[in-house]
Amino acid sequence: MVDIAFGPEPGKKPAHSTANAEAYLAAQRRKRMYGGVLLIFFVAAMASGFLVAQDRNAGDFMDGLQRLGDFPSEVLTEAWAKRGNLPGLMWAALPSLIETVNIALVSTLIGALAACILSLLMTRGLARFPRLIPYLRRLTDGMRAFPEIVIALVLIYILGGGPVPAMIAIAVHTAGALGKLFSEVAENADLKPVEGLSSVGATWGQQMWFGILPQVAPNWLSYALLRFEINVRASAILGFVGAGGIGYELKIAMQWGGGRYDQVVAIFLVLFLTIVVIDQLSDRGREKLVTGR
Amino acid sequence: MTASLAPTAAAPILARMHRRRLIALSVPAVILAYLVYIFFSFDIPGLAQRARMDNAVILMSDFVSHKVHVSRDNRSGAVVTAIEGEAKGTYPAGVHPDWVTVQGDSTTINLGDGHVVTYDPAGARYDIPGYGLVDIRPEGGRLALTAPEPLPDWINASGNRVTVTTDAGRFTYTRSRVETFRYFYGWELFFFDLNSPFHGRGFFELAGLALWGDRVDPERANIVGMAQDFWNNEMWRHRDVAWSIFETMLMAFLGTFGAAIVSLPLAFIAARNFNVLAPIRFGLRRVFDFVRGVDSLIWTIILARAFGPGPMTGALAILITDIGSFGKTFSEALENIDEKQVEGIRSTGANALQRARFGVIPQVMPVLLSQVLYYFESNTRSATVVGAIVGGGIGLMLTQAIQTQKDWEEVAYYMVLIILMVMAMDSLSGWLRRKLIKGE
Repeated sequence: MVDIAFGPEPGKKPAHSTANAEAYLAAQRRKRMYGGVLLIFFVAAMASGFLVAQDRNAGDFMDGLQRLGDFPSEVLTEAWAKRGNLPGLMWAALPSLIETVNIALVSTLIGALAACILSLLMTRGLARFPRLIPYLRRLTDGMRAFPEIVIALVLIYILGGGPVPAMIAIAVHTAGALGKLFSEVAENADLKPVEGLSSVGATWGQQMWFGILPQVAPNWLSYALLRFEINVRASAILGFVGAGGIGYELKIAMQWGGGRYDQVVAIFLVLFLTIVVIDQLSDRGREKLVTGR
Repeated sequence: MTASLAPTAAAPILARMHRRRLIALSVPAVILAYLVYIFFSFDIPGLAQRARMDNAVILMSDFVSHKVHVSRDNRSGAVVTAIEGEAKGTYPAGVHPDWVTVQGDSTTINLGDGHVVTYDPAGARYDIPGYGLVDIRPEGGRLALTAPEPLPDWINASGNRVTVTTDAGRFTYTRSRVETFRYFYGWELFFFDLNSPFHGRGFFELAGLALWGDRVDPERANIVGMAQDFWNNEMWRHRDVAWSIFETMLMAFLGTFGAAIVSLPLAFIAARNFNVLAPIRFGLRRVFDFVRGVDSLIWTIILARAFGPGPMTGALAILITDIGSFGKTFSEALENIDEKQVEGIRSTGANALQRARFGVIPQVMPVLLSQVLYYFESNTRSATVVGAIVGGGIGLMLTQAIQTQKDWEEVAYYMVLIILMVMAMDSLSGWLRRKLIKGE
């Protein structure tokens, strides 16, 4: 975006003629105009989009803005009145919290392992079967495109509620998302160790294990940690649509309405603290991995 | 010439190698132990019992086929043919597909492959090739079944209800009602419903009608009529589906770009090199952390209470969640800029706003834009989920279709549309990134 795109041909000495300056200014003006047109178009799209969205919404924006505080204050006053219950309720929410975190962790693990294999198989220069590369890429595209909720809801119908549908759904999505990122990392890996290993007769698996994995492991781990953060949130949300864990508890408590808002607040708090702690840990871990401890 | 390391120098290296090998072996062991724990904690052995494979079969067959119900009310004797048994797919009275023949009181249903079902005043008969004739007649308030003995397990008979399930279809007789299902491949009525004059015509016939045929409906041109009838199809509700896809994309668009617009000025306040007041900076950063930590699920619930269901609520939920992420990454990008360019602009006597516009924005724009576009793509997916919770967009239609547990062909249709939408957004955001950032 820095305006250095316009200049003399490479190799020639820049000539300070007025013709050049005028051409430069003209190019600048044209660029500004494009930018302005784009901006106007963008503002118009935002404004009309907002009006359409408000039109199709049940409540009005302005009315809603005034009522925004009503629900939280109602919940908080009730929870404050019963604040003595909170520690006990937070303790009671712990098993379902562990289930949510477990769903996220195991699906990240399975997804990342699948992504390792997929990414090595779909990276040019490393692939065991180069002909499969385009198909594997489409496969990961497809896995990424499936929103978790779609897989989870269909699997809940077949397998019944519980953590397994959520786990499978998140793992599929994770494998797709990480597969792409992992393969981008592996593309930049140095191929010399692989050549060395193949010259002494190492198999493809050994070449990858000893030649590529040590190079890409820090970046892969850092991506996997980031994904774990995302998956904790996803597994809480999937619980809300019926896949077990803390999201489900939250839904039940919310549906109860007034009278159990202390439980709602307890679950909010536990979830919030968990997400913040996991974010911090993964942030620190990733920094360590990327900067090399 | 052999280079020999002195034993004192080799020992620590070997020890380190040994330790590393131990770590390399222990990591898979830890993972394995964790997976074993999950195996029992998620009760995977019990899953086989809980899994409803019959549901899976229903789902898979509904994805690719549809059924037509031919039913007779045993009290009034009226015979009705309905696609998927739905009111919207019911043939007009007295009209039946060509494999159903009604003559007086007797109805003959040809299920193909020699399977023939006959309804008549005495009861109903199902002629199954290779097995024989299943004959049912009501006698004194109970159903009398005559069929070759022993009864196979695909005939389920009690005094009140007889069900026969074969490859050709399914036949159910109760005292009040007799019903036969015949299965067909494909999604019936996808283009035109039964009210449309274009229903049941082949592709070439339709193309001919559209291009040069006489008007089927004198009120409107054929091609206009086709478009209208497709758009207003009552069975598949293409108009509603298109609207909800649009709503979902609108949520993602408004949410992502709204969040970008709100968080850009906030990021300047939270960046060390633009704001010298450390307490404000610190406070704003904690606000970003809080907003991110509270999670879109909780924002969605709070906002849905205030604004009611609909796309604006979903857009606001995405907007608030993303302010946290954008605020953090934008302010980090602003802290990493090259100060020399700002210096240069300052030397011309520019004020703070001009320095920001011409010295800072051009530097950070590529980073910001690529971040925003990446979120735009991923928010299209989130908007499906948020829509399912707040009640708007394709997410709502999908959850509703899944919860009714019978319109699986519609579920398949929505799934295909969602995936196409996400892929389209993926390539749109990739194209924009290339266009705007690399300037190709």
